[in-house]
Amino acid sequence: MSAYAADVAALARKDILLEVRSRDTLPAMLLFVVSALTIFHFALPSGSSERAETGMLWMAIVFTALLGLTRAFAAEREEGVLDGLVLSPCDRSAIWLGKTIGMTVFLVLAEIVALPAFALFFHPLSWDLVAAVALADIGIASIGTLLAAIAAASRARELLLPLLFLPLAIPVVIGGVGASIASDPASFLGFLILYDGVFAILSWASFEYVVTE
Amino acid sequence: MNTWLLSEHRRGPSLRFGAPLLAAAAFALLVGGFALAFYWAPEDADQGFSQKIFYVHVPIALTAYACFGWGAWKALRLLWTGERRYDLESYTAIHMGVIFGLLTLVTGSIWAKISWGQWWTWGERQLVLFLILFLFYSSYFMLRYSTDPGPRRERNSAVYALFGVVLIPVSFLAVRIAGTILHPTIFTHEGADLPWEMLVAFIVCLAGMLSLAATLYRVELTGKRIDASLRELRELFA
Amino acid sequence: MSTAEKYVTGAYLVLLGSLLVYLLIIALKVGRLEQELAEVTRAAREKLGG
Repeated sequence: MSAYAADVAALARKDILLEVRSRDTLPAMLLFVVSALTIFHFALPSGSSERAETGMLWMAIVFTALLGLTRAFAAEREEGVLDGLVLSPCDRSAIWLGKTIGMTVFLVLAEIVALPAFALFFHPLSWDLVAAVALADIGIASIGTLLAAIAAASRARELLLPLLFLPLAIPVVIGGVGASIASDPASFLGFLILYDGVFAILSWASFEYVVTE
Repeated sequence: MNTWLLSEHRRGPSLRFGAPLLAAAAFALLVGGFALAFYWAPEDADQGFSQKIFYVHVPIALTAYACFGWGAWKALRLLWTGERRYDLESYTAIHMGVIFGLLTLVTGSIWAKISWGQWWTWGERQLVLFLILFLFYSSYFMLRYSTDPGPRRERNSAVYALFGVVLIPVSFLAVRIAGTILHPTIFTHEGADLPWEMLVAFIVCLAGMLSLAATLYRVELTGKRIDASLRELRELFA
Repeated sequence: MSTAEKYVTGAYLVLLGSLLVYLLIIALKVGRLEQELAEVTRAAREKLGG
């Protein structure tokens, strides 16, 4: 059991260290999210409600996450090490868990910039929204890692990943926006927890089928 | 060289025995069911004659769900046993599901137009749920088209099919809670208890629609298997 | 025919129409399969010496 945890920790640390050193993905995500928020300001006519603006924030989160996910296996692909990773004696689901943890960290870092930017550009945020964003990050990272592995096998992976991801992201957006604007956010937050649990378990269990040759 | 299909061709559902029986059942049940719906079942007190769409729209919707579930079951069998015939069976089931799903959206849209005067409404939960599923399973086809044939594509498709069947209840829940605050569910077809005549007619229609889907499934599956076998033969003799 | 009757008939016609379109597609497919089978048979005969 502890060997599994050690594998996961090693994999997650590898991804994070790689990003810290190469700075490929995270700066792009940060810049993207701020640019997106700026465009949304111009897309929303003046006098738009706060609820519409909150909805736009969730769109920015989903598309920024998509940007980060397309890079999920990029390093392995470029160096050709995915086979090596898969052949290594660790449980393949540990690869999924390590990657998901790394991706969650990236998403959280992106939102540490995005949420204050939103509060600055539009209107202050509630803690329910922050909680919803955190829960959404887990769900998005979970399914995103799996879908990135599926898309990696195709000939058009940059096109395929958004197509596979967006229908699955709809419940996340519903839960997130609902938690952000409802007077009783508990049911929406509970729904996000359910989504995370169900899809994380499914992704964890099915990852090995998707990554073996 | 890949000749698994030629050797396994005789396994799995064949067209010779099951299909004629299913087709006959589909004919009898659908014709009988629709006859019951129009000649025997009473007219709905609130909606009037337009309620008769219920006998075609809801069986189609439930059949689509059944197809997606069947596809997910075959996908699970593929991942479990590794027998490659399950890939074509899963793919065909989902293919059928998408066709019936599209029909659900069209008949549902007609029902919306006749009930509330607009072709689309975000308030009708069934329609919204089917839109989400239609988008998801259309992506399934994109996945298959853009991945080269082989064990990798089969496993990826199977895993995605499993995600789809899990998405059904999750989306149902999501659309339901969305209705409370985001998009108020003003319109709904979920009425009071059905009179028993309506229920009987409905069940016959449902059985007929499921038989129809099963018949089409076998025909489509046989077509796909012959196609793949011919491709293999061509490689052998080219 | 009242408006309601028109729409209801339309919905059932959609089902009928879809089945007929499907029949058309299958008919085309069977024709194509027959042609491919003829080609493969020819290729097999050539390769195996008639």
